[in-house]
Amino acid sequence: MKYTKEHEWLRVDGDLVVVGITEHAATQLGDVVFVELPEVETQVAEGDEVVVIESVKAASDILAPVSGEIVEVNEKLSDNPGLVNEDPTGDAWFFKMKIDDLSVLDDFMNEDEYNELIG
Amino acid sequence: MAGLERLQLHALHVELGGKLVPFAGYEMPVQYAPGVMKEHLHTREAAGLFDVSHMGQVIIAAKSGRQEDAAAALERLIPVDVLGLAEGRQRYGFLTNDVGGIIDDLMIANRGDHFFLVVNASRKAVDIEVLRRGLPDCDVGPVENRALIALQGPEAERVLAALVPDAADFAFMDVGIRPWQGVDLWISRSGYTGEDGFEISVPAVAAEGFARKLLADEAVWPIGLGARDSLRLEAGLCLYGHDMDEDVSPVEAGLTWAIQKVRRTGGARAGGFPGADRILRELTDGPARKRVGLRPEGRAPMREGVEIHAAAEGGAPVGRVTSGGFGPSLDAPIAMAMLPAALCARGTTVYGDVRGRRLPAVVCDLPFRPSTYKR
Repeated sequence: MKYTKEHEWLRVDGDLVVVGITEHAATQLGDVVFVELPEVETQVAEGDEVVVIESVKAASDILAPVSGEIVEVNEKLSDNPGLVNEDPTGDAWFFKMKIDDLSVLDDFMNEDEYNELIG
Repeated sequence: MAGLERLQLHALHVELGGKLVPFAGYEMPVQYAPGVMKEHLHTREAAGLFDVSHMGQVIIAAKSGRQEDAAAALERLIPVDVLGLAEGRQRYGFLTNDVGGIIDDLMIANRGDHFFLVVNASRKAVDIEVLRRGLPDCDVGPVENRALIALQGPEAERVLAALVPDAADFAFMDVGIRPWQGVDLWISRSGYTGEDGFEISVPAVAAEGFARKLLADEAVWPIGLGARDSLRLEAGLCLYGHDMDEDVSPVEAGLTWAIQKVRRTGGARAGGFPGADRILRELTDGPARKRVGLRPEGRAPMREGVEIHAAAEGGAPVGRVTSGGFGPSLDAPIAMAMLPAALCARGTTVYGDVRGRRLPAVVCDLPFRPSTYKR
């Protein structure tokens, strides 16, 4: 698992990258009540706003951590946004991306580095 | 936090794990460990304790010593029936300005030889100035060194009765002073959550002990500002600076119920308050715009500032959301918006611009959820 400064986690699944938010981020957001997912087959650039999460408190954006194509989104979150709080690093993944070169993930933080960031 | 005042119960909030944020010049708990959603639902199912000590407490007494003089004087600033407010009773009201806007909304209680007002934290300084200037024949005394605690929810009566034996005898909007461990509690049966409950002013020295006593009952959780806001939104109650301000009249804000007949055209003491021309005219002819409830379709919340359109495409915005979010008890997004009169009929579909997309919302009656006051 790799981590971004924006509190996303990235996991390689075959030739795809699965993206979600960390437990720390989910706790900070509070109870999630709505998730707006991107369309599949969308090309996104690194830093694009691809997901909107609304908690009882406020709306937040999830940015594309890398450039690539959105190939799958987690429809379960549309019906059950609270899953983000229940299982942020498991069932509550947001989207899967196809990227040109998986080695770009090497630049992201590992778990120890991320824990240091939020420590 | 720099430049912020601390509540008398600051240490207790820290001990209870409150997440502190700046609000109206105070460092205040926005939530505790359970979070906004659970705190909200718990208040509706059992009881919540809210520290609202940031709000202003003010005592107003006529220099003549006659309560009716103070009542008549207050009616020059507040368009409600103050002379008809019985001793031991409280009512909701507001200070208006010369253009008929709202300077602040408040609670006013008749305590026999004086009136007791509770005003918004963010408006305290303005209110005191307006009251002093407008009431030269009264003493206007801000109350210092008293905390204000709201105990809200279906268990509130049972919990308070353990400390104040006759708590159950208070009806909605009754006020009274009761002793507790050597201090006076100023109690009213009221609140701002849509629930039955009490608001209790307690001397600062006894505040922590009193709060701990209430919290010792397992039905009572401490509740932060986050849930306070979602509770009042479900109850369809206005928040100053959001749903009303110095430009919005009480009629536009949907507060006509608070202006008794005696102060309206044809009443024995009609008008005679700042902005009466506009307010009385709007009462007769209807306002050009009005606060309404909105139920967004789907699950996307429409928050404050979302622009409202009359149609799904084209045209300029016709209004905006003044308060909005998610209603935990309704499990749905809810909002209040200021809309032109033509769009205010229940069932009208309007469109909120959420991140560039116009999403439908239906105009509905307020409150979103029936209140459970003990009348």
